[in-house]
Amino acid sequence: MSQKISPPDKPLTDRIRPEHAPFDVAEYERAGGYQALRRALRTMAPQEVVALVKDANLRGRGGAGFPTGVKWGLVPHGPDAPKHKYLIANGDEMEPGTFKDRLLLEGDPHQFIEAMIVAAYAIQADVGYLFLRGEYHLAAQRVQRAIEEARGRGYLGRNIKGSGFDFELHLHTSAGRYICGEETALISALEGKRAVPRAKPPFPTVAGLFGRPTVVNNVETLCNVPHIVNYGADWYRGLSRTENGGTKLYGVSGRVCHPGAWELPMGSSAREIIDEHAGGMRAGLRLRGFLPGGASTDFLTAAQLDVAMDYDAVAKAGSRMGTGTIIVLDDQTSVVAMVRNLEHFFAQESCGWCTPCRDGIPWAEKVLDDLVYGRGRPGDLELLEQQTRLLGPGRTFCAHAPGAMEPLQSALQHWRGDFEAGIAPAAAAPAIAGPATPEAPRPLSEVLETTPMGPVGEGGR
Amino acid sequence: MLSEQEQREIAAERAHYEQPQAAAIEALKIVQAHRGWVSDEAVADIAAALDTSTAAIDAVATFYNLIYRQPVGRHVIHVCDSVSCWLMGQPRLLELLRAELGIDLGQTTPDGRFTLLPTVCLGTCDRAPAMLVGRDTHRDLEGVDAQRLATLLAAYE
Ligand SMILES: Cc1cc2nc3c(=O)[nH]c(=O)nc-3n(C[C@H](O)[C@H](O)[C@H](O)COP(=O)(O)O)c2cc1C
Ligand code: SF4
Ligand code: FES
Repeated sequence: MSQKISPPDKPLTDRIRPEHAPFDVAEYERAGGYQALRRALRTMAPQEVVALVKDANLRGRGGAGFPTGVKWGLVPHGPDAPKHKYLIANGDEMEPGTFKDRLLLEGDPHQFIEAMIVAAYAIQADVGYLFLRGEYHLAAQRVQRAIEEARGRGYLGRNIKGSGFDFELHLHTSAGRYICGEETALISALEGKRAVPRAKPPFPTVAGLFGRPTVVNNVETLCNVPHIVNYGADWYRGLSRTENGGTKLYGVSGRVCHPGAWELPMGSSAREIIDEHAGGMRAGLRLRGFLPGGASTDFLTAAQLDVAMDYDAVAKAGSRMGTGTIIVLDDQTSVVAMVRNLEHFFAQESCGWCTPCRDGIPWAEKVLDDLVYGRGRPGDLELLEQQTRLLGPGRTFCAHAPGAMEPLQSALQHWRGDFEAGIAPAAAAPAIAGPATPEAPRPLSEVLETTPMGPVGEGGR
Repeated sequence: MLSEQEQREIAAERAHYEQPQAAAIEALKIVQAHRGWVSDEAVADIAAALDTSTAAIDAVATFYNLIYRQPVGRHVIHVCDSVSCWLMGQPRLLELLRAELGIDLGQTTPDGRFTLLPTVCLGTCDRAPAMLVGRDTHRDLEGVDAQRLATLLAAYE
């Protein structure tokens, strides 16, 4: 059996051969696969795995960057803990511009399955689900086959490899709705209910799927776990250029020479990713700005390209690392039209549960639509700015609406003139015929801002 | 009435969860795979099979982009209209599709072959613009012309 001499510097993609079928279980084993699982089961107590992952400083790759070991530690442990616990891998990946989890699931499904089993062992979950978006047919097929192979080898099921640990893994394919990626909505979806988010607390780690302790982790987050068990926390932290451990699957889309995804040291700069890996802008185009981590992150400008792409540095620069998949805005694309496209997505994918989001995002989209066609009215920019406040953090039931406002508020800040240019010249504005209305209806935004039962937030709770 | 085959497939999914209703989406997808879409009657039958109310199943059925509550063509074309595809010329692709099929978004060709729908990001943004035809993802459609599009669609009977 071949042993890896030196630990890989690109652990997540080491075994992925683009345009080839993924490793089957035997090939995966020959390449050192399922060794982390054996090691964890034989030599480590569950709490030791949790401590190791904490020590490695692995942070969640689903967007928020929450420390994974800390999350696992919040699950009740020990002899008095509930008997059933769940582990859910979040593979909904519907954030526009994001295409990293698909690569991992299609490219190395056994890595994902091994990761699930080790993580389940750490939190002592007996059942796990991969919540996969419905459009990922190839990933679904490959993961399903790998699950069956793993079961055939005794990696899944009862008493795994004689350890006394039982774990079952099921594939759940969704049917296309962005909000299902939000972890509490995901839990509603898995229970077969309309997928609206739930109030926190209780947090899923205490009362999640079917009311039982549940950990939801992103697919990429989980895929790091076997490598941390194999090579240790120091090695893992050493892969990174910053405090946040490990590597990261970065991606670039938009009008660059070579769009794609690459596993690089955590903290690689946006400039390096865009210029060196994506080959820079296409001929004749200049980079004007970029969304660092998917549709729901604030625009950064060309002047900020040297930002280190990790959770802390991107936050300091005024945005979020999000999913780490960059979307590039070039100088020949209308920023107003791009933001309108983004808000169209968020308006359509609002789950409709709370009013500010359900009504506010379509309104913002409509105003943007007017600006795109030069039909904007004086006051439109102020109205949009007001929306970004009304739908900001803490004012809606979940983070969908605040996420929707991030590209809008930052674009208004950086490129206000572009938006102003969409306001119709006063002379061309149609004159209002007939008698003036005695009392013009108050704009809804005003009503929302002043109503005593208004959105929860700074003023509310 | 659910067919025996549908009932078997739904029962297998149901076994994956602590509670029967949890198999709702899978059940809807199973029925849709066999019949092309999900009728009111099918919603009621699924509810009965999962020991829950018709309203509970319809609340799920109407929530998802990929559950069709109306008849659709034999092949559904979902054109991604999210940001990366838009940047890479999705409006042009959509125009070509409209011209080729002679229908607008939300419509089905008179021969019942294709339905044209928009979709959100298909997770293949580095090879935009992209679309889904049935279960197949087609990528790198930036420079596509009418002829290549026709050839591509000819594979779907
Ligand atoms: C609207 C919305 C959509 C989300 N979509 C996803 C998603 O598709 N995949 C994902 O991993 N996390 C998504 N998240 C984040 C999850 O709620 C959750 O934080 C994450 O899955 C936790 O995993 P991690 O700790 O490994 O990052 C979304 C959050 C929101 C608010
Ligand atoms: S913020 Fe939007 S997506 Fe989130 S619960 Fe409210 S309506 Fe639903
Ligand atoms: S934006 Fe079209 S595939 Fe992602």
